[in-house]
Amino acid sequence: MPELLIRNGYVFDPLNGIEGEGMDVAVKDGKIVERVGRKARVLDASGMTVMPGGVDIHSHIAGSKANCARMMRPEDHSRDPEVKTKYARSGVGHTIPSVFTTGYRYARMGYTTVFEPATPPLTTRHTHEELNDIPIIDKGCFPLFGNNWFVMEYVKQGRIEELAAYVAWMLEATKGYAIKIVNPGGIEAWRWGRNLRHLDDTVPNFDVTPREIVKALCQVNKLLDLPHAVHIHPNGLSEPGNYQTTLDTMECARDFRREGRPAMHVTHVQFTGRKGWSWADVRSGAPEIADYVNTHDHVTIDPGQLIFTNVTWMTADGPAMFALFKLAKTKWFNADVESETGAGIVSATYKKSNYVNAMQWGIALELALLVKDPWKIYLTTDHPNGGPFTSYPRVISWLVSNHARQKLIDKINKTAKRRLNLPGIDREYSLYEIATITRAATAKSLGLECKGHLGLGADADIAIYDIDPTKLDPAREYRIVRRAFAHAAYTLKEGRIVVKKGEVVRSVRGRTFWTKPKVSEDIKKTMMADLQSKFDDYYTVRMANYPIEERYLTASQAITTNAGV
Amino acid sequence: MADLAITPVRQFKIPVTAECISPDFVAGKSLRETELTQVWEGNRKVKLGSLFKVAGEIGRTPNDCAIKIAGNVSAVRRIGYEMSGGSIQINGEAGMYLGERMKAGTITVTGNAGSWLGTQMRGGQIDVKGNAGDSIGGSVRGGTKGMRGGTITIHGDCGTEAGAWMQNGMIRVRGACDLYAGIHMKNGTIVVERGCQGRVGAQMTGGKVIVLGNAGGVLPSFQFEEIRERAKAGDEKIPGPFYVFSGDVNEGGKGQLFARVSDNPDLKLNERYLER
Repeated sequence: MPELLIRNGYVFDPLNGIEGEGMDVAVKDGKIVERVGRKARVLDASGMTVMPGGVDIHSHIAGSKANCARMMRPEDHSRDPEVKTKYARSGVGHTIPSVFTTGYRYARMGYTTVFEPATPPLTTRHTHEELNDIPIIDKGCFPLFGNNWFVMEYVKQGRIEELAAYVAWMLEATKGYAIKIVNPGGIEAWRWGRNLRHLDDTVPNFDVTPREIVKALCQVNKLLDLPHAVHIHPNGLSEPGNYQTTLDTMECARDFRREGRPAMHVTHVQFTGRKGWSWADVRSGAPEIADYVNTHDHVTIDPGQLIFTNVTWMTADGPAMFALFKLAKTKWFNADVESETGAGIVSATYKKSNYVNAMQWGIALELALLVKDPWKIYLTTDHPNGGPFTSYPRVISWLVSNHARQKLIDKINKTAKRRLNLPGIDREYSLYEIATITRAATAKSLGLECKGHLGLGADADIAIYDIDPTKLDPAREYRIVRRAFAHAAYTLKEGRIVVKKGEVVRSVRGRTFWTKPKVSEDIKKTMMADLQSKFDDYYTVRMANYPIEERYLTASQAITTNAGV
Repeated sequence: MADLAITPVRQFKIPVTAECISPDFVAGKSLRETELTQVWEGNRKVKLGSLFKVAGEIGRTPNDCAIKIAGNVSAVRRIGYEMSGGSIQINGEAGMYLGERMKAGTITVTGNAGSWLGTQMRGGQIDVKGNAGDSIGGSVRGGTKGMRGGTITIHGDCGTEAGAWMQNGMIRVRGACDLYAGIHMKNGTIVVERGCQGRVGAQMTGGKVIVLGNAGGVLPSFQFEEIRERAKAGDEKIPGPFYVFSGDVNEGGKGQLFARVSDNPDLKLNERYLER
């Protein structure tokens, strides 16, 4: 592989504390190295910003759920076609782009690693089939555990070690990366037409509470020493007054913090950070949640920023989707995944004039601005629930420029404007902080040591944007910032130039990350005996056919951890 | 009015997508510029001039443009896309998505027109002397917004789902309609002069469908209201008498379905509800 020297760029590398320093970056064999030979190809980045490739922690890009949404929404395709080029395939889709288009669009924004945050274990084979086909970016997926019958039974019996062995087996069987919990216990209750709104409600037929499930899985996460924290979507999604449940959920992880690493990541908090008693008086719970995050170090969040556009809601949270469908009155899809989880999909449009939508937009921005430490909050739109991932540059422009925000505040619903705290917040993110929330902090949170920074030995995933930080004032010229982040001047994937001036010039294959926790043989034996005896009762597939073979992944990258059990 | 003649140089075998054949696009351009416009033939980019002979003069504004197409353009899609004035006359067969999202102006077709005629149109007039395909005045597949205004007149027959998701405006079919005329309709008027295959107004929530021939039966989810002497379609009063139904009850809809008494003997049994 040829050597490459990126010369004279202004480097933003928060993990190594480099803030806009003019320096060279040397690349050899897909890694960052100290220096390269004189024959190395030179990429002139003078007057440009150099950052590590973007890392997205939460974006529903693949799986049976995304595919159902594609089938359910043909109208989403007609508006946004992607023309075939010499290097890139054609595709369609605005909120749920087709598989190849997803990879190209991420690469064009300078993103090189993306995680699919909710995959039902049983259909993860499908998820991997799609992930295999997504070009350029590295990826991974989080299997769902919060409503799994085996999990709930072990929690009920208090057998944490066997539960840890089961989670380890499941992660290896599905080639998953981290523990994802969606509406713990609530999706099981949905099978009986109910939902669980609070942490101490009881799951029907299992006699456990969401609090017990969350605590047990946090403990398992600590025992297995998984690279990422427990990734959780709390109970009571989108209901007014749910911010208290979110705070209670955060409190569950308090005892399970790990050395220098958070125990829990609470996702799309915009949907679960609402005060008030009814839809008419939804208020922002952002100050309370931001206050909790600021004062505790065991929890991180992402806002799930709302964009005023057409979106597709898709989540494993079936009951919440049904409640939202009754409000939106559009199209609804519901699924039940055997003994594991469920899913719901609804199409919707966010309007500036709608009170609740305007509040959601404001809550997400308040969260991003009130959490003081950028290492604790990450940029997401919960694609495609809050907005398509292609809107990240727009969100960045709101974060760096108070002026850009205020302009939109004047156009939203008047009552929402009055009740939000947002008009009074004048914090503006610097480019260094933007680099933190979009790549460095997310890579650190995911435990990916070779991503999100430009230190020696890191993967040479690099994004170069046409922004001159010495001349440009992001707060005033936010439009230029937005354009630059939407079309990276260059994107490098493992040392190869894949995007040039916002166009894909080469398509490479990305890797799929998964975790392989090593559990002691004794515990594993006990767990396997349990599993074997019950598997045939619970599933429509044979246990031998359940695990996904490693060769099923076209570019597999396992991360091994040593479990404490 | 400046006449611009656009004539196909050959019979197209694969679909051509030509949004640019529209008064809005050509207005103010020279003939040369128009010829050099890129269109898609199948998956290949070609120049408009290589598929069509362009002659005549072009007006400065859309309202000054009169486009005349002589020949078979049944493989050409999206003619008159988003036009806001002027006229297009097609002497021959027209293809799919004719007049999609048009705002004003007139389109006349002497032959037949394809499916999705006047999809999501907001205003203007479309007049087809022959037959039309499916989903005229409808929405794109999966969409929930049909035509919002304007008039579509079909002198022949039309296919299924005429006026799907229609929000306003008027569709007048002088011939017959296939299944599902006015499906998901929200507002506006559809007049069918010769009759329908059936399932008229399925899941409609508002608007009016007037069937002067046999309606092919009425869905069980429609409620019989009364017999009315005449039906109103825009400013016009159509003499009846008509059986009047409301529905679709499944959707909580308040749409109206008029079926002429003389052509619908199968609906006569509804008359017993009048005595109570």
